[in-house]
Amino acid sequence: MQARSGLTFWLGALAALGLAAATAAGAGATEISGAGATFPYPIYAKWAEAYKAKTDVSMNYQSIGSGGGIKQINANTVDFGASDMPLEPDVLEQSKLTQWPMIMGGVVPVVNLQGVAPGELRLDGVTLAQIYLGKIAKWDDPAIKTLNPDAKLPSTAIAPIYRSDGSGTTFIYTNYLSKVSPEWKEKVGNSTSVEWPTGIGGKGNEGVAALSARTAGAIGYVEYAYALQNKLTYVKLINKEGATVTPDSKSFQAAAANADWQKAPGFYLLLTDQPGKESWPITGASFILMHTTQEKPDTAKAVLSFFAWSYQNGAAMAEALDYVPMPDNVVKLVEASWSDKIKDAGGNSVWQPH
Amino acid sequence: MQAADLYARRRTVNGIYLALSMAATATGLAILFLILWTLLRNGIPALGSDLFTETTPPPGSRGGIANAIYGSIVMTAVATLVGTPVGVLTATYLAEFGAGSRIAPVIRFVNDILLSAPSIIIGLFVYELMVLRMGHFSAWAGSVALAIIVVPVVVRTSEDMLRLVPASLREAATALGTPQWKVIVMVIYRAAIQGMLTGVMLAVARIGGETAPLLFTALNNQFWSTNMNGPMANLPFVIFQFAMSPYADWQVLAWGGAMLITIAILLLNILARLLANWSNRSP
Amino acid sequence: MASILTVPSRRLDRQRLQDAAFRGTTQLFALGVLVLLGGIVMALAVGAVPAFRRFGWAFLTSDAWNPVTEQFGGLPAIYGTLVTSLIAMLIGIPLAFGIAVFLTELCPPALRRPIGTLIELLAAIPSIIYGIWGLFVLAPVLQLTVQPMLIDILGDLPVIGALFSGPPLGLGVLTAGIILGFMVLPFIAAVVRDVFSTVPAMLRESAYGIGATTAEVVRHIVLPYTRAGVIGGIMLGLGRALGETMAVTFVIGNAHRIKASLLAPGTTISATLANEFTEAVGTLYTSSLIALGFILFVITFIVLAAAKLMLLRLEQEAAK
Repeated sequence: MQARSGLTFWLGALAALGLAAATAAGAGATEISGAGATFPYPIYAKWAEAYKAKTDVSMNYQSIGSGGGIKQINANTVDFGASDMPLEPDVLEQSKLTQWPMIMGGVVPVVNLQGVAPGELRLDGVTLAQIYLGKIAKWDDPAIKTLNPDAKLPSTAIAPIYRSDGSGTTFIYTNYLSKVSPEWKEKVGNSTSVEWPTGIGGKGNEGVAALSARTAGAIGYVEYAYALQNKLTYVKLINKEGATVTPDSKSFQAAAANADWQKAPGFYLLLTDQPGKESWPITGASFILMHTTQEKPDTAKAVLSFFAWSYQNGAAMAEALDYVPMPDNVVKLVEASWSDKIKDAGGNSVWQPH
Repeated sequence: MQAADLYARRRTVNGIYLALSMAATATGLAILFLILWTLLRNGIPALGSDLFTETTPPPGSRGGIANAIYGSIVMTAVATLVGTPVGVLTATYLAEFGAGSRIAPVIRFVNDILLSAPSIIIGLFVYELMVLRMGHFSAWAGSVALAIIVVPVVVRTSEDMLRLVPASLREAATALGTPQWKVIVMVIYRAAIQGMLTGVMLAVARIGGETAPLLFTALNNQFWSTNMNGPMANLPFVIFQFAMSPYADWQVLAWGGAMLITIAILLLNILARLLANWSNRSP
Repeated sequence: MASILTVPSRRLDRQRLQDAAFRGTTQLFALGVLVLLGGIVMALAVGAVPAFRRFGWAFLTSDAWNPVTEQFGGLPAIYGTLVTSLIAMLIGIPLAFGIAVFLTELCPPALRRPIGTLIELLAAIPSIIYGIWGLFVLAPVLQLTVQPMLIDILGDLPVIGALFSGPPLGLGVLTAGIILGFMVLPFIAAVVRDVFSTVPAMLRESAYGIGATTAEVVRHIVLPYTRAGVIGGIMLGLGRALGETMAVTFVIGNAHRIKASLLAPGTTISATLANEFTEAVGTLYTSSLIALGFILFVITFIVLAAAKLMLLRLEQEAAK
């Protein structure tokens, strides 16, 4: 008995010492943390990996949805938040936040139908709205048949998949549906989290992609990188000009070309349903949110350094995943806003342009 | 004639019920083996040195779950180190000093409620208490949430064990003039230690698989981190995130982690059981 | 001359102090358990106040869940919690009974310990494992085979048909209920087996002695004798099912809707919390979620308290 309790004591002491050492050791390395949108997660994760290899700074990004990003940055539990839904200028002012667009991409409907290949099916905004409203319930509905006279459509029930968490991707998607369908705008509306009339909810872009891949007869909406990476069956859309467009970096760029970032206060700009024959109708930008007054200017500087590096070096990685990097003139505007808006407690700019 | 018919019918009814009960047992065992088999089939491909040495990768890259394993071990250890003394002292009060007191039955009742309370509620509570106050997620908050789950388990098992210590041992020690606290600490604890250890092991097995309390407290961390004051990776969260994702390499890691957790917890349970049996056997 | 047996009074005083300090410490920690529960209830109640003040009792009856217009109602989540738990009980109780009867009456003594241990291992499997097993293994099987069968056979019947209508999605209330049933099965089986074995051998053997079959012994002797304990065990399982998070979140489908069909997706209180808490923006949304947590705590508290009282009653009767 004596020996056993003695052993237990020494084990416990060792464990405590080990823990103390671990905590002390852990305090040294530079870590910046962010949370939010799942839309840009694949590219942010790639950038973080490359950045760490170069500078040994760990950028820990948790993809919990745009709603989560907004909530956590407001609660000050992370260094920056990420959201595909831009905050309106008066909300920014009230929350003492600043935002800027980091990357652009397209939201793409994906389907799970046997015998239908990627890019084979063609839909338009009104039909999408009707499907998600529950008005069109089977795949061989006449409305879908009219748009796809040659496709072999089974009479399977449609299972709409939506985001169960607060999502900027949902914001972009419902923004588009509200623009093209007055019925959608009235019945459901446009936000990061809406009351979906029918369907199943998945968590994050990942969850929607996983559910769409797994459920026969499903239709979901995901950021294009997710459709690419998981070889999902994406759908072509008919845009504002009546042209049928395929989702890819070309059509996303065509939509983004119309954006006038200079005139947008707080960089508040939506890219859905843009004019242009080549434009993808459901394009959007993903934004970063930071506090205007930084209690820890060194951390803020580390965060901004990461984003500056990503602007400069991340374009190739972004294009490999069919994201659209921000054009140079916008990058200049953004970095100017950093010097202008983000200050430490003493009123000095955290970021020095170089 | 009627008696024979009645007998035949009773025998048939009996046969049906017994067959059903055998079928029920077979179903229960089948579920266990199905789950274990699924875990092994999907988890073994994940085995390899990478699983234990590499950290969680972004989708499309190779990696492992080393940071999650570390985080789970550390938070479980801290929770156990914090929760066990609290639980043992509470159990001591209930077993040794609570005999005539009116508050002891209430504490016992409350303890049993806490024992079966939904663990997500505990996570919510610690979020309000610690995460919001501190301004960030942390492994400390996660450990506290797990400790709150450990305490009722340890209280329950320790109290039972302490009560089992024969009165003769107590009385012999007191008769020697030992002060009460020494009787408890040096005699009764030592007598009950195996049972209490079993209780601690069961508590560890219980929190090893808990996800919900960590969702809002420790969150997750894709990098290797030993900083208790910030978000820390943990196995259940990583399994949650990776399994729900559409990426094949993430799903493989999720199954690997799931297999590891299940094997660890099942081993702990079996060990606890063996320990309990062994201590019961010795005179 | 002082006797060797007299202890110096200073030493006695010090010992008394140490005893009092030790006792005080244990009492402090024991009271801490009470404070903890009180703290949890208070934290939940305080957090839920904005939601209750805005919606009042309507929070319990409204089925809205609209973060855009900030209209929140707890009914779909409460409904889902109750329905999945009900299905879990319908599946778990018969299976648990069967197992308990098998282990106490039928099983050869040599196999009793191993099989009992295996069943209890089912309880040790973490709930997240049940969740991913449900998502990857059970849901596809249900979607491709069982659910179409249910829809074909039962879908057109007058009353029951409404329970089995709609497209086979694999995920939904029924799947969640089944997984929960498998989860609570070992808990109920363990308690029922324990109370079954408290039946005095003499009672059972007298029944066998007059020619009763095993089934009759269980029905007429064992069950009535252990009634309180069995109900206590069932309610313990129910309490567990009501609060379960991870097993349900994976397979319930996350839809804030109430549908008659069991094949439809739904949500439970804990699944809603797990999915939406870290992302709820706005005081009313967060408060509504905490209000749901408060309601869940109240429901589980009532069920667990009732279970505890039943089991206490059995212990008292057994002691008599």
